Amino acid sequence: MTVKSVIEAVREAIAEEMERDAKVFVIGEDVGIRGGVFLATQGLAERFGSDRIIDAPLAEASIMGIALGAAFRGMRPIPEVQFSDFVWPSINQLIGEAARTCYGTNGAVQVPMVIRMPYGGGIRGGLFHSQNVETHFFHTPGLKVVAPSTPYDAKGLLKSAIRDNNPVVFLEHKKTYRLVRGEVPDEEYTLPIGKADVKRIGSNITLVSYGLTLHYCLEAAEVMAAEGVDIEVVDLRTLTPLDTETILDSVKKTGKLAIVHEDNITGGVGAEIAALVAERAFEYLDGPIARICGPDVPTMPFAQTLEDAYMPTGDKIADGLRKLVAY
Amino acid sequence: MPRKRTTGTQASGARSQSPLPKGLKKTDLVDYYTRMVQARSLDERIWALNRQGKVPIAASSQGHEAAQLGSLLAAEKDGDCFLFPYYRDLALKVAAGLTPVQTMMSFMGKAGDPYSSGRQFPLQGADLPNKIIQISNVVAAGLTQSVGYALGARMAGEKTVVFTYFGDGATSQGEVHEAMNFAAIHKLPVIFICENNRYAISTPQHSQMVVEEISSRAASYGFPGFTVDGMDMIQCYEATREAITHARSQGPVLLEMMVERFMSHTTDDDDRRYRPEGEVERAREKDPVITLARTLIEEGILTQKQVDAIAAKALKETDDATDLAEASSPPHESELHNSVYGP
Ligand SMILES: Cc1ncc(C[n+]2csc(CCOP(=O)(O)OP(=O)(O)O)c2C)c(N)n1
Ligand SMILES: [Mg+2]
Repeated sequence: MTVKSVIEAVREAIAEEMERDAKVFVIGEDVGIRGGVFLATQGLAERFGSDRIIDAPLAEASIMGIALGAAFRGMRPIPEVQFSDFVWPSINQLIGEAARTCYGTNGAVQVPMVIRMPYGGGIRGGLFHSQNVETHFFHTPGLKVVAPSTPYDAKGLLKSAIRDNNPVVFLEHKKTYRLVRGEVPDEEYTLPIGKADVKRIGSNITLVSYGLTLHYCLEAAEVMAAEGVDIEVVDLRTLTPLDTETILDSVKKTGKLAIVHEDNITGGVGAEIAALVAERAFEYLDGPIARICGPDVPTMPFAQTLEDAYMPTGDKIADGLRKLVAY
Repeated sequence: MPRKRTTGTQASGARSQSPLPKGLKKTDLVDYYTRMVQARSLDERIWALNRQGKVPIAASSQGHEAAQLGSLLAAEKDGDCFLFPYYRDLALKVAAGLTPVQTMMSFMGKAGDPYSSGRQFPLQGADLPNKIIQISNVVAAGLTQSVGYALGARMAGEKTVVFTYFGDGATSQGEVHEAMNFAAIHKLPVIFICENNRYAISTPQHSQMVVEEISSRAASYGFPGFTVDGMDMIQCYEATREAITHARSQGPVLLEMMVERFMSHTTDDDDRRYRPEGEVERAREKDPVITLARTLIEEGILTQKQVDAIAAKALKETDDATDLAEASSPPHESELHNSVYGP
């Protein structure tokens, strides 16, 4: 085991898979000699050449469409969207075309492609460098959606995503890139897509999250532990396919559920989980389902005060949990 | 490639007098004429079936056949081409190897539709045995994909030339620019084939763009563009054959094929609302099915009797295919959830 950052884990996963399979290649803006704006591909152009680490023109629709076409030919492209905020020009190729390819050809054409994108806020990125885009993909059958929170999960899941035969949207919370460090095995490993991970075992309340806010949940759980409340923290890791079993098992044990995400509350992942639990574990609940999520404003604003007001934090989560305890 | 651009008007009709171009045999012309007649026969029947309520929607390729088959002929002769057609390429898809009964099943949304097993609009999805992918009918969405396919094929060490087909209307989409620019940067073997019928549904070319020749846009990407008479199959064959050579050695080519749309945009459209009176009738004087038959007779390759026999056989095939497709099963409702994800 070696302690690594999320960005290092991502870089290692890409490099290892490129080493392993000549069909894997990266295409994106400034991914070559610059190594990507977050340095996810640092050193890879030197190692694998500019034919496999392709600096694309500044045009997201074609980055996505070209990656998709290469996937039709059996390649395993990893298009990088420089910031999730800039995925919108390519959204037809992703949601319109890639997600429908397997279904629309009745399985004849597969799309082994991983769309990597740094997402999320809390970094003073304002409206166009902070966006949470996951719900749009979560809503789209045909896509898999992965959103890891730790270096260990990021590496193992990215390697699996690259080997998957479906389009996988791989969401990397940009604030975790250097902030979150953790142990990563030195030997080869992969993690299954579609499996949540219980990051803290507890008995009183189930707290479900993913990405950056997962860490805030763990903070809140420690605060609550000091107050005598035992929180179970479930890290979804994968949004699609959703690990309904782990969520339901946990709620059946604790009887209370809170969901935390940075993305807007309305119609978000939390809403779906709330519906799931209401439908399939109603009789186990002994309190209302709480959602501690981003408010319904377009994105977290630039000003520190407004960004703080937007972001879920350990304190806000602990407050929500206290209400649930008191219920 | 010839440096000079050929315009549709200059070249129109001139070809019928010339000797057979390089690489073509008389039997090729008979073969492709036969395929063209079959495609036309199916196309006409499909339109009629729509009026009977048996085919929900159809886009006709009538008037585009020479462009579609001329380019296909060059692809087949080459033997290593892959096609990204668009929704108006019925004749192309039939001529590429789809059987009449498969065609009919696709238009009727039957389980035997090879493109998507009845999930998509007719002839949409993939026909991999015939080297065709067309994921959607979102105008111009296939262009960047076709460029990516060419990139992937090159990475795999193949020499595949990719043909990507689209209409004049599609050229207004931003992704066309992105696709051409990327293909040019990487010198990818992609032939962009614009079937210019001068209409995007009802919007005439002059309301879509200022340039007269779409092929002139190729210059801005640093690759050659040519305008050819898309009503002349042999000319389209020749231009495509040269484009294949260029594509393999130097990169992309834009071929603008001037065609005529004989029918309304789709079965849901009525072109009398926007096309000047007499326009379609005048266009039909250049009907590729008729002009190719005339050439074949004039050149002594076929007799009128043989031409009639080809038509009769095509009609019989269409009749049989219609009956078989009608009697075939639709996809079972249990298939609704299949193939959302691959294995
Ligand atoms: C992105 C998109 N916008 C609008 C449409 C509706 N539509 C279908 S075909 C068409 C006109 C296309 O004209 P052109 O590209 O010239 O092809 P043609 O039908 O003339 O062969 C339109 C507007 C569509 N399918 N996709
Ligand atoms: Mg048109």
